[in-house]
Amino acid sequence: MKLYFRYFAIHLKSLTQYRASFVLLTIGQFLTSFSAFLGIFFLMERFQTVRGFTFSEVLLFFAVTLLSFSLAECFARGFDTFSSMLGNGEFDRILLRPKGTVFQVIASKVELSRMGRLLQAVLTFGVAVGTGEGDWTADKIVLLALMTLCGAVFFAALFVLGAAVCFFTTEGLEVLNIFTDGGREFGRYPLSVYGKEMLRFYTFVVPMALFQYYPMLYVLGRSDNPLLFFSPLLSLLFLLPVALLWRLGVRHYRSTGS
Amino acid sequence: MKKLRSSVRPYAALFRLRFVRELQYRAAALAGVATQFVWGAMEILLFRAFYETGAETPMTFSQLVTYEWLQQAFLALFMLWFWDADIIECITKGNIAYELARPMGLYRMWFTRVVAQRLSRALLRCVPILLVASLLPSPYRMTLPASPLAFLGFLLTAFLGLLVVAALTMLVYGLTFFTMSPGGVRIFAAAVAELLSGAVVPLPFFPEKLRLIAELSPFAAVQNLPLRIYSGNLAGTEALVFLLVQLFWLLALWALGGGLIRRAQRRVVVQGG
Repeated sequence: MKLYFRYFAIHLKSLTQYRASFVLLTIGQFLTSFSAFLGIFFLMERFQTVRGFTFSEVLLFFAVTLLSFSLAECFARGFDTFSSMLGNGEFDRILLRPKGTVFQVIASKVELSRMGRLLQAVLTFGVAVGTGEGDWTADKIVLLALMTLCGAVFFAALFVLGAAVCFFTTEGLEVLNIFTDGGREFGRYPLSVYGKEMLRFYTFVVPMALFQYYPMLYVLGRSDNPLLFFSPLLSLLFLLPVALLWRLGVRHYRSTGS
Repeated sequence: MKKLRSSVRPYAALFRLRFVRELQYRAAALAGVATQFVWGAMEILLFRAFYETGAETPMTFSQLVTYEWLQQAFLALFMLWFWDADIIECITKGNIAYELARPMGLYRMWFTRVVAQRLSRALLRCVPILLVASLLPSPYRMTLPASPLAFLGFLLTAFLGLLVVAALTMLVYGLTFFTMSPGGVRIFAAAVAELLSGAVVPLPFFPEKLRLIAELSPFAAVQNLPLRIYSGNLAGTEALVFLLVQLFWLLALWALGGGLIRRAQRRVVVQGG
């Protein structure tokens, strides 16, 4: 952990060397997710509810998804550029060092330019709580934090999945964007709006609903089943196959030699 | 006639090059098609949930479905965020020297390149999406154009829209000469364009006043116009007025971008080595 902070400090230092570009990127990031926010606002303004959820309730779903995604992006974006790491032989260097491979890839890149999205997510949380009428008891706040955390781990696992596939294909698999960027985009709304079949898909195949949808029902007071507290944790089961594939990939790895 | 042909030839060659190059990336195109298809389907499912509330809507569901499928099919044609990495590298890394050595105006050459790249990419990708979308079961099926006239209007405004987005792209490249910051201007422009072109939510769903502003902006002259004319959401005098707005923006952006690039060219300093 101490080593990670050392890495983190180095990334921070290198970032401050390009201040203007950093600021512009952050503003741009913010604007991109702000237009998504406006999109929700326009539609909810016109239709008032969607599958029984109000504007401030939808915002809460949006905020949890965006926050977990941008947290994962800040810390695990190293996996996103993993195909170039394989291509230029950087991974050989990683294998030589006496630390875990996953740890080193994570530490190789810290994307603080994603702060714009993070900021948008926090603000959205504020608006959702401010305009909503939920009473915020301690258990709901704890659950919300747990959802965000598990969500971040889930999205990070998706990035790792994409990187693990690179071991076998060398090129990144663009189709996986359907789940990473798609997860962020479709998670703007409660996953139930897309219909029963889609909800089932997001429960059993890509278990996003386990941290984005079901526990939120408790937070919004739609359900008082305490078992829902375990739902976000269950989404972490997704880590198992991903870790397995990563292991398999590392074993399968043959250097490009360059 | 001969003079015309020899002045067109270099641009035609540029076109052919781009097409051949794009055909090499078939796997990427396939991935793109799959992603865009899922995107379209999810957007349509989302709107289905909204339409179930029974509130009054500015587009019929069938018009909306057609709009979404067309948007995904022609994504590469109309979205501002398809940048040409080579051109950007050219500007920031100094390879511009080679480009300046070519016997064509920089603006026209790059403009042709942008149009060719978008066209080749879109033509390759739109066919499977349009095909599948028009075979889907009833409420989710992409319909035929509202009328033969609507189809002609679609073709005309789609072509002009492509030119408008190319002019917008050139404006951003022109600005890159002055900022040299890699991502900043582009991500900024893309975010604004996405909202005002009706990519996040179709413009008819905007609140009244904002809708007017957005519809008169150059971004609405890109995909909003052809897609809505196709589905019959825009027709008659209204469509004609927006066609004039589109023409106005095309000329204005062309002049602005051309001027910017010319100024940048005068200022440009290429370090040797």
